[in-house]
Amino acid sequence: MNTITNNTDFLLAIENLTVSFDGFKAVNDLNLYVDENEIHVIIGPNGAGKTTVLDLICGRTKATEGSIKFRNRELTEMREHEIVREGVGRKFQNPSIYEDLTVFENLELSFPRGRSVWGALTFQRDTEVTARVREIAEMVFLDTLLDMQAALLSHGQKQWLEIGMLLIQDPELLMLDEPVAGMSVSERKQTAKLLNEITKGRSVMVVEHDMKFVEDIAHRVTVLHQGKILSEGSMAKVQSDPKVIDVYLGH
Amino acid sequence: MINLKSFMARQDILALIILAALLFVVMPMSMDIFRLNLIGKYLTYAFVAIGLVLCWGKGGILSLGQGVFFGLGGYCMAMYLKLESSTPEATAIQSTPGIPDFMDWNQITELPWFWEPFNSLTFTLVAILVVPALFAFIIGAAMFKRRVGGVYFAIITQAIAAILTILIIGQQGYTGGVNGITDLRTLKGWDIRSDDAKYFLYFLNGALLLGVLVLCQFVLKSKLGRLLVALRDKEDRVRFSGYDVANFKIFVFCFAAVLSAIGGAMFTLQVGFMSPSFVGIVPSIEMVIFCAVGGRLSIFGAVYGTLLVNWAKTTFSETFPELWLFGLGALFIAVVLVFPNGLSGLYRSYLAPHVDRWIFRKPPEGGSTGTGAIDTPAFEPDPAARPAE
Amino acid sequence: MFADYSWTELGSIFAMQGFAGLILFSVFVLMALGLAIIFGQMGVINMAHGEFMILGAYVTYLCSNFVEAFVPALFGVYFFFAMILAFFVAGALGALVEWSLIRHLYRRPLDTLLATWGLSLILQQAYRSIFGAREVGVTLPDWLLGSVPLTDIIEIPINGIFVMVLTLVIAISVYFLMFRSRTGMQSRAVVQNRVMAGAVGINTEKVDRMTFALGCGIAGVAGSAFTMIGSTGPTAGQLYIVDTFLIVVFGGAASLLGTIASSFAISQAQSTMEFFLSGSMAKVLTLLTVVGILMLRPEGLFSAKIRR
Repeated sequence: MNTITNNTDFLLAIENLTVSFDGFKAVNDLNLYVDENEIHVIIGPNGAGKTTVLDLICGRTKATEGSIKFRNRELTEMREHEIVREGVGRKFQNPSIYEDLTVFENLELSFPRGRSVWGALTFQRDTEVTARVREIAEMVFLDTLLDMQAALLSHGQKQWLEIGMLLIQDPELLMLDEPVAGMSVSERKQTAKLLNEITKGRSVMVVEHDMKFVEDIAHRVTVLHQGKILSEGSMAKVQSDPKVIDVYLGH
Repeated sequence: MINLKSFMARQDILALIILAALLFVVMPMSMDIFRLNLIGKYLTYAFVAIGLVLCWGKGGILSLGQGVFFGLGGYCMAMYLKLESSTPEATAIQSTPGIPDFMDWNQITELPWFWEPFNSLTFTLVAILVVPALFAFIIGAAMFKRRVGGVYFAIITQAIAAILTILIIGQQGYTGGVNGITDLRTLKGWDIRSDDAKYFLYFLNGALLLGVLVLCQFVLKSKLGRLLVALRDKEDRVRFSGYDVANFKIFVFCFAAVLSAIGGAMFTLQVGFMSPSFVGIVPSIEMVIFCAVGGRLSIFGAVYGTLLVNWAKTTFSETFPELWLFGLGALFIAVVLVFPNGLSGLYRSYLAPHVDRWIFRKPPEGGSTGTGAIDTPAFEPDPAARPAE
Repeated sequence: MFADYSWTELGSIFAMQGFAGLILFSVFVLMALGLAIIFGQMGVINMAHGEFMILGAYVTYLCSNFVEAFVPALFGVYFFFAMILAFFVAGALGALVEWSLIRHLYRRPLDTLLATWGLSLILQQAYRSIFGAREVGVTLPDWLLGSVPLTDIIEIPINGIFVMVLTLVIAISVYFLMFRSRTGMQSRAVVQNRVMAGAVGINTEKVDRMTFALGCGIAGVAGSAFTMIGSTGPTAGQLYIVDTFLIVVFGGAASLLGTIASSFAISQAQSTMEFFLSGSMAKVLTLLTVVGILMLRPEGLFSAKIRR
C-alpha cells in the first residue's frame, strides 16, 4: 500500500500526505485511493483527521507535504475554485447554504455557468437552467419548495439542499462531511437512498459516525486514527479488525 | 442594454418614477435655486450611499474609506476647473502667473507633472472614472486575494482615508491644503456659478443618479447580485461552488468606488470647490450612516436616507448646533439597534402591503409557495424598497 | 536628509527623538492594551475608545483643580488618586455601555463599529457641553516637572520617565490579570467557546461586562497619562483612534506582546522621522508602511496559527 505510483487508474490518489499545525501532525504520511464509482467512507474517532483530509483535497487547507492527484492532475497547487472546476464537490459538516435566498436561487447559483464576474452579470435564466434546477430539486426531495427561503427549511432539508447544490455541478468526486448528522430516522433512510442513486457515474467520499448508515452505503471503509490509516477494506473486514475495535468501535 | 422590464419589477419602475418626479418636478418647483443647489449637493452623497448598498448591504463589505473615492473624483474635477481659471491673464499678479494661486503662495514656480494632463477635459473625465477604480482595484486585490475582510477591511480603509487626508493637508503646495481647491469658476468658458448653470447641473446630477440607479438595479437583479448576497452569507460555499470569490469582491468595491467618484465630481461642479473635509474618516463614516438610515439593502432607500440625514443636519446644525451631534450619534446607535433595515425596512413592514394591495391589486406576500417565481424574475429576499413618503 | 548633521549630532537626535517616541509609545500602549483586550477577547470594535481615554483625562483635570482648590497639601500626590479614579470612572461608563449597547451586538462586529462611533459622537458633544470646546491642561506637581540631564545635549523629562514606568506597571498587571489569574482564564475561556464556558458555570455575561469595563478603565488611565504630554479637548481622543486600531491589528489582535511591539515600532518610526520630515509626512509614511505591511501580511506581526 505504501509504494508510490506515478500513474494510477484511481480517480483520486493521495500519497504521503502530511499536514502539520505548529508541529502537530493532523494528517501523517497518508496514502489513500478512491476508485471510480465507489462510495468510500472514512470513519475514526474525533480528531483522527477525517475532516482535515477532506479540507486538504478541496484546497481549504494546504498540505505540508505529499501529493493529491485527481485524474492524475495535482490538486495541492490549485486554488479552491479551480479544484471545484476540476470536478470535486464538497459538502460541509453544518449545512452551508444561502439562507437569504430561495431554494431555486441556491441551486441556480451552483449551476456551473457564468462563474466569472462578466459571466455572472450576463447570466440568463434560460430553460436549460430552469429544467436542470427542477430535476435536481426533485432528486433531493425539494421540488415543491423551490420558492421557499432556504432559512425556513428543516435541518434535514438544508442538508439535502446542499447535496443538491453539489449535484447540479455534476462533480466526479463528491465529498460529504457527516451528511446525516442531525437527521431523523426517516430522513436518514431517504438520504441513504439518495446517495446510492447519485453515486451512479461518480465517486463519493463520506465522513460519517453513524455506523448503521455506513453499513448501508459503504463500498469501502477507511479507518483513520491520529492522522494515519488504522485499517482499510470492506465494512465486514474493518468491523472485525481488533485494532479498530480497540480504538474506535469499542467492546 | 437589455429590456428594462427584464430586471425592473413593477414596484421598482414605480419607485424610479416617483423619485424622478420628486427630483425633477416637485423639488425644482417648490424651492429657490439656493435650496435646490443644496439638494443637488446632498444628492452627490447619494451616489456614495448607493455604492455602499451594493458593497456593504448586499456584499457585506464595509468600507469606511468611501470618502477617498468621493474625494478622488472631486479633486480630478477640481484640478481641471482650477487650471482653467488659472490662465496667465487671470493670475498676472502672481510671482509665477499661469499656475493655481495656492501653488504660488507656497513658492512653487512650475506646474507639477501630475497636474499637466488635467488641462484636458477628456483626460479629466476619464480620470474621474479610472483613477478611483484603479485605486480601489489595488486595495481590493491586495486585501481580498488574501482573504482580508470584515472589520480588518473596515479598519484598513479607514486608515487609508486618514492617510490621504493628512497627505492632502500636508502637501498644500500641490493640493491646496486644508482649504482645498477653491474659487472654481468656469467649465470650457461656461460660468458654473450662474443660476442657469446651477439649474442645469442639478438636472444633470439627477439624471446621472437615476441612470446609476437603473444600472445598479440591473447589477442586483443579475446573478451577480444574488452572488453578493450569497457571499455575505456563506463565503466558503460560494468559493466551493467554483467561483473566485475575490474577483467578485474586487468588482463590487471598484464599482462602488466609481459611483462615489461620480458623486464627488458632481459635488465639485455644483458647490464650486473640493477640500479634504470630504475625504477623511468623519465624512466617510457619515456616508455609511446615510446608507444605513435609508436601509442598507435598498438603493432607493439610500437616496432618501441621504436626503433625510443631510436635511436634518443642515436644519439642526443651523439652529441647535449642540444638539446635532447628539442626534447624529443617536442615529448611529438607532440604525444598528432599533431599525437595522432603515427607512426601507420600515416601509416594507408598514406601507408596502397596502401599496401592493391598492396599486398592484396583489395579495400580500408571504405564506404561499406558489409556482410563479420561476418565470417571473421578481425574487429577492430583501426586496428593494420604495420611497417612504 | 542625514547629510547636514554630524555623527554625534545624529546620535543625539536619534536619542532625543527616540525618547520623545517613548512617551508616545506609552500612550499608544495604554490605549492599545484596552482596545486589544476588547477587540481580541470580545471581537468588539470600540470606536469610542478615544473618548474613554479623554474621560480619564477630564477626570484627572477635575482632580487637579479640586485638590489645588481645597486640599493643596495633597497636591504632590494627587496624580495617583486621579489615575485610580480615572480607571474606575471610565470602567464604570464602560460597564454601562456594555450593558445598554454592546451586549446586544455580539457577533455583529461591523455593527458595533457603527454603534460605538455614534457613542463617540455623543460623548464628544457631552464633553463639549460640560467642559467647553477649549482645550484644558492640568497643573503638574513640582516633582514631575524638570528633567534629568543625561549628556550635554540630551535631557530626559521626568514626567516622561513617570509615564513610562506607569505603562510598564499597567502592562505587567494586565498580563497577570489576563494570563495568570482566574478572571483572565474565564475571560479567555468565554472567547474560545462561549457555549461551553457557560455550560461549565462561567457567568459569561458578567465576564463580558468586566472585560469591556477593564478595557475602558485602562483607556481612562491612558487619559491620565495623556494629560502630562498633551492638552485635553473634546475631540482629542479621535485623533488617536486610527493609529491605535492599526497598532492592534498590526500586532496581531490577541497578542499582548504584539501590541507592545507594534506600539513601539510605530511610535519610534513616527517620532524619528518627524525630526527630518514634516510631522504630517512622517505620519503618512508610518501609516502607509503599516497599511502596506498589513496588505502583505494580514494576520499581523504576531499571531498564532490555528487549526480550522
